Amino acid sequence: MSGDPAPGILFEALRDIDRLGAAYRDWESLIRQARAADLLGTLAVRLATRDLLGHVPAAPRAHLTGALYRCRAQEAAVRREVEAVRGILQPLRIPVILLKGAAYVMAELPPARGRMFSDVDILVPRDALPAVESTLMLGGYATTHPHPYDQRYYRRWRHELPPMQHVKRMTIIDVHHTIVADISGVHVDTAALFAAAVPLAAVPGMHVLAPVDMVLHSATHLFRNEDLTHGYRDLVDLDALLGRFGADPAFWSALPARASQLGLGRPLYYALHWTSRMFGTVAPAPVTAAVAAHAPPAGRRWLMEKLVERALRPDARHAATLWARRAMYVRGHWLKMPMPLLAWHLTVKAFRRDEPSALP
Amino acid sequence: MIVGDLAAGELRRRLRGSGLRVRIGPVVAEVRSPFGVVESAMAMHYAAHHVATHAEFADFHVAVSPPFGPRRWIKRQSLFHFNGNVAFLPLAATQAFALLEWGLNWCISSHCHQFLIVHAAVLERDGKALILPAPPGSGKSTLCGALVACGWRLFSDELALIEPNGDRLIALPRPISLKNESIATIAGFWPDAAMSPVVHETAKGSVAYVRPPATSVRLAGRPAGPGWIVLPQYVKNAPTELSSLSRCEAFMRLVDNAFNYNVHGRAGFDTLADLVAASRCFRFRYGGDLQEAVRVFDALAAAP
Repeated sequence: MSGDPAPGILFEALRDIDRLGAAYRDWESLIRQARAADLLGTLAVRLATRDLLGHVPAAPRAHLTGALYRCRAQEAAVRREVEAVRGILQPLRIPVILLKGAAYVMAELPPARGRMFSDVDILVPRDALPAVESTLMLGGYATTHPHPYDQRYYRRWRHELPPMQHVKRMTIIDVHHTIVADISGVHVDTAALFAAAVPLAAVPGMHVLAPVDMVLHSATHLFRNEDLTHGYRDLVDLDALLGRFGADPAFWSALPARASQLGLGRPLYYALHWTSRMFGTVAPAPVTAAVAAHAPPAGRRWLMEKLVERALRPDARHAATLWARRAMYVRGHWLKMPMPLLAWHLTVKAFRRDEPSALP
Repeated sequence: MIVGDLAAGELRRRLRGSGLRVRIGPVVAEVRSPFGVVESAMAMHYAAHHVATHAEFADFHVAVSPPFGPRRWIKRQSLFHFNGNVAFLPLAATQAFALLEWGLNWCISSHCHQFLIVHAAVLERDGKALILPAPPGSGKSTLCGALVACGWRLFSDELALIEPNGDRLIALPRPISLKNESIATIAGFWPDAAMSPVVHETAKGSVAYVRPPATSVRLAGRPAGPGWIVLPQYVKNAPTELSSLSRCEAFMRLVDNAFNYNVHGRAGFDTLADLVAASRCFRFRYGGDLQEAVRVFDALAAAP
C-alpha cells in the first residue's frame, strides 16, 4: 500500500538523536515507526534527555509526552508488582532473580527508561518451582493457559511455567527456572547464574543477574527467540546494557569466557555483531576476536545476515519483513526443540489459532 | 476544504488509495477502506469535517478492509487495521463503519494521553461543558441526542477529553452512536436527525449513527470550561428526577469511567479534583420522557 514510511527512519533517529532538531520534518513517519516498534517511550526519553522535546511540533509532541506519561505509570506499576511478588514469595526464603524489564527498572539500568512493559519475569531455583507456583496461586495469580495441551507443553518442554495473571490487578508474571529450555540442547548452568546474581538493596530477597549474565540473557532472548516482532526494541535494550556495563573493562574481559561456560557463545556473537552494525557499538578487539570463534559457518552467517536485517525493520506490512519474521519464527522453533516435537507442536498450534482480542 | 466539498468519486479514490485525511477535533485520522458502507457513512457523517492534507501531521493511520482468504467473499468480514497491524477480531462486512467508529474510539482513548479521557457524552452551552459520564446502557447517548436536537452543542458523544492541569475540555464532534431501543426513541423525538441505516447484530446489539450538526463540527476548535457533571441513569418508566451529588461521589464516578486515569498519576487526581470543584454535580434519573429531560437541563443551564 502507498503512504508507508521508508524503513530506516527510526534506525537513523535512534543512532543519532541530535538529528531530530528544529529542522526535522519526518515526524509522522518517525512516530509511526516508533509506535510499531514499541519504542515511542524510548524515543521520547532520549529527546527529553537531549533537551530536544521543545523543538518538536505540537502534534507529534503530544504522542511523545503521552508516551512519557505512560512509561512513568508503567514503571511505577512494575515497582508495585515487584513489591507484591516479594511479599508473596518471602516465606519461601528462596533466592528470586528478576529478569528483563523488571530487572532494568529495579536495578535502574538504562533500558528501563521509556520502556513499555507487559509482564514481570522471575527466575527461581527449579526445585522450588512447585512451591513458587502454589504460593503465587494463593497470592492471587492464576494460569492464563488452562488448555491441557499448553499446560503439558510448558511444564514438560519449556523453561518457564505457563504465564500467570493476577485475578484483580490483571498483571502477568512469568516464572522461569532457567533461561534456555533444556530440550533445545543448550544446558545453561543455572546454579552459576544464582551464584553470581546481584542482590537488590531496596528489595530484600530479590536479585538481578550479574552484568555479563544479563547481557547474555538479553542476547539469548533476542537471537534464539522465534518472534522478532519486537526484535529491534530488544536490540536497543541490549545496546543500552552494553553501553552501561561496557564502561567497566572487567565486564568485557569476563564476557567471552562466561559465554563459553554457559554455552551461549553464538547469541553473544550475534549480539556484538548486530549492536555494532546497527548502533556502531564497538567491543574491545580481544573480545571480538574471542567471540568470532562462535560465528556460524559462512553460508548460515550470510542467511542470518539477510533475515535479521529484514526482520528487525519496523514495517510489518512489507512482504519481505513478514517473510523474514516467519523464517525467524521457524528458526526459533527449530532451535527450541528437536524436529519431531517441533512438527507435533506446530501441528497442534496450527489447529488452535490465537485470535487477537475482541473489541473493548 | 471539508469532506462534503470533495468532488464526486474523489472520496472513494482517497478511501481506496492514499487515504482520506480528516480532522476530528484535536486529531487527524488517515482512513482507508474499500467498503461501500464506509464510503457512504463517511460522506454522510463526516461531511462537515475538514480534509487535512498530506503535509499535515496525521495522528492515526487506520484502515477497515476485508481479510485475505474465504471470508473476503463468503459471509464477508471486515478487519480494523491500526498503523499497519490488525487490531481486534473481525466483524461482519455490513458493520464496517461501526468497526471504524469503535476503532477510532480505541485509537483516541488509548493513545491521546495528552488528555485525561473519561467515557462520557459532553455537551456545551455558553462555553460551559455538561459532562455525562456513564458506562454503556445508562442512556447517555440518547440523552445526548435529545439535547443536541434541542440546541445544545454536541461536544463529544463518547469521550470527554480533559486537559491536564487546565480547566478546559476539548471538543471531539463525531457521530452520535445509538443502540437498540434508543434508535426509535431518537427517531421519534428528533425527526430531522440525519440517521444512518440501522446495523443489526453487532457486539452491542443494533446500532445507528446520527450525523453531528455542522455547527458543532465547525466550532470543534472552541474548548469549554467546567459546567455540570451529571450521572445519567435510564430506568424504564421511572419519573424524571434530578438530585444533588456529592463532589466525592462525582469524582469517584469520573475515575470509574476514565480510560487513562492511571497514566496521569498525581496530575490525573489533581485534574479531576479541579474539574469536580469547578462543576455543579448531579444525579439524573429518567424513564424515557426526553421532553421533560431537556427541560430539566435547560433549567440547569439557565440557573445562575
